[in-house]
Amino acid sequence: MTRAAAAAKIRAVIVDDEELARQVLREFIAAHSEIEVIAECANGFEAVKIVTEQKPDLMFLDIQMPKLDGFEVLELIGNDTAVVFVTAYDSYAIKAFEVHAVDYLLKPFGADRFEASLKRAKERLAGKAPEPTPSATDLAVAARPPAQFLDRIAVRDGTRVFIIPVAKLEYAEAQDDYVALAAEGKKHLKQQTISSLESALDPHRFMRIHRSYIVNLERVAKVEPYGKDSHIAVLANGTQLPVSRAGYARLRAFLDR
Amino acid sequence: MHPILSQLRRVIIYLLAWIPIAGLLAYLLTVSHEISDREAFVLSVPLCLLYAFLCLTSWYSCRGNPLEKYGLGRLIATHLTAALVASIIWAVAAESLTSTLSKMQSFPGLSHRFRPEVPLVFFTGLLLYLLWVTLYYVIIAVEASRDAEARVMKASVLARDAELRALKAQVNPHFLFNSLNSISALTSSDASKAREMCILLGDFLRRTLGLGEKAAIPLEEELSLIRAFLAVEKVRFGARIQMEENIDESALHVPVPPLLLQPLVENAVVHGIANLVEGGWIHLDVHAQNGTLTITVENSFDPDAPPRRKSGVGLVNVRQRLQARYGNQASFAVKTEGDRYRVALTLPTESEA
Repeated sequence: MTRAAAAAKIRAVIVDDEELARQVLREFIAAHSEIEVIAECANGFEAVKIVTEQKPDLMFLDIQMPKLDGFEVLELIGNDTAVVFVTAYDSYAIKAFEVHAVDYLLKPFGADRFEASLKRAKERLAGKAPEPTPSATDLAVAARPPAQFLDRIAVRDGTRVFIIPVAKLEYAEAQDDYVALAAEGKKHLKQQTISSLESALDPHRFMRIHRSYIVNLERVAKVEPYGKDSHIAVLANGTQLPVSRAGYARLRAFLDR
Repeated sequence: MHPILSQLRRVIIYLLAWIPIAGLLAYLLTVSHEISDREAFVLSVPLCLLYAFLCLTSWYSCRGNPLEKYGLGRLIATHLTAALVASIIWAVAAESLTSTLSKMQSFPGLSHRFRPEVPLVFFTGLLLYLLWVTLYYVIIAVEASRDAEARVMKASVLARDAELRALKAQVNPHFLFNSLNSISALTSSDASKAREMCILLGDFLRRTLGLGEKAAIPLEEELSLIRAFLAVEKVRFGARIQMEENIDESALHVPVPPLLLQPLVENAVVHGIANLVEGGWIHLDVHAQNGTLTITVENSFDPDAPPRRKSGVGLVNVRQRLQARYGNQASFAVKTEGDRYRVALTLPTESEA
């Protein structure tokens, strides 16, 4: 997506569930004629919808919100929107920068701090050749504190967002730049590498059994030989998944335990 | 756990205590001059060994019939029956021992000479058994008082600890930051509302000050603290908070630990209402009946809300404080039912707190 640099206005979205918090941002932004607030959202679902439909340049994003939290929103919207986190919690700061947030505003903040933030956002937008950075999703995974694994996975389908609790995830299959997540008889596509998904899932519950497959260990009914020296895993619902030699060794080690 | 069998050392001491009893029994058997010293000794040692083990069992009937739980009649009946059974077993054992010994060369006619002593053995057995019953009750009482002492100690340490933490942690700094942010928003749009919020916030903070030093406050005071807290939160969340109170008048003066309920209400806001786009409700129910204060905080929540860190720290804190202060007299239960989250707690109204 290309933008006419200086002439066009910066299109911004404010996402916060508190009206008064949105009001502060609105007021500070009002001093800048080059910025246009195209939408205000009170929850994560709305934010994802607006980003998908309107492709804003800049987003002021609260972290703790109904439906989807700020990090989940960022994970779903990709890299095209510059994000400034706005929150009362300082404990997310490191994580926020690891997912390449432009800035991290701590409530309450003053006009000076807001201006500094806006300056950084403009710099990011001006230098906006599509950055050769890893995807936001992968970074969000990298920023996860150790020993804290995913409870749920947010998936976007157009402007709609699905939440898959990991307990309902049967298996994940790599498909080019995407993973297909199989849950409750449906498949959901998510832009993420299978390795980064693997590292975000609890290894006691999920196992990489093949270059392209991660399986929910609870769903595995049996493992059968297949052909000369390969195997397949059969899930409780009858689905058959290929098991690589290394995957079989891991699976054996787990089953023998 | 049996107080004697639990340690080898105690078993040895217990058996040593039976040596003088065996001596006494041997002496009693010789009083009538029908039985020789040697015969009395040969009889009393195995009999006392047997009875030592029989008396160990009385521990279980003492444990099963605590003094404070049952009436005197039942206690006497239970233990007397047990004592009768034990001493009959003992007397029968003595009988069969003597008749076995009688068959030997060295104890001619012992069985016949022993017969008049059977009532003596029987009543000695009865007395010995009841003596151990008494002793076990003493042990139980000593243990109970030691337990109570330990609990009081632990309670006071935990309570003070919790109180300090309550002051530091429970007036959540994020609550302050978010409130200040709301004030910051209001200063330009609605100055008088901003001033009002400053006053509400000041009111809440003033009420929390000094609470850490108090062991208990009247429930009424805790309720007004909650109302001050919600007044601030209502500015932030607007119409999203619906609060409903159902409070028993007679409960208002019951002393409760300070900041016991505020964390529950804050939890309902942070983990319940803050996650609901359309807002939600909190129901606070307080009843005092038969010496028990029952408090229920119920709120709506979104079961599919994003997981929050640090969830439930406030609840754990409340549970620990209740446990530390009231032990088994208090209860704490969390229940989710669909989109309803419910915390119910009970505590005694006449507390020494």
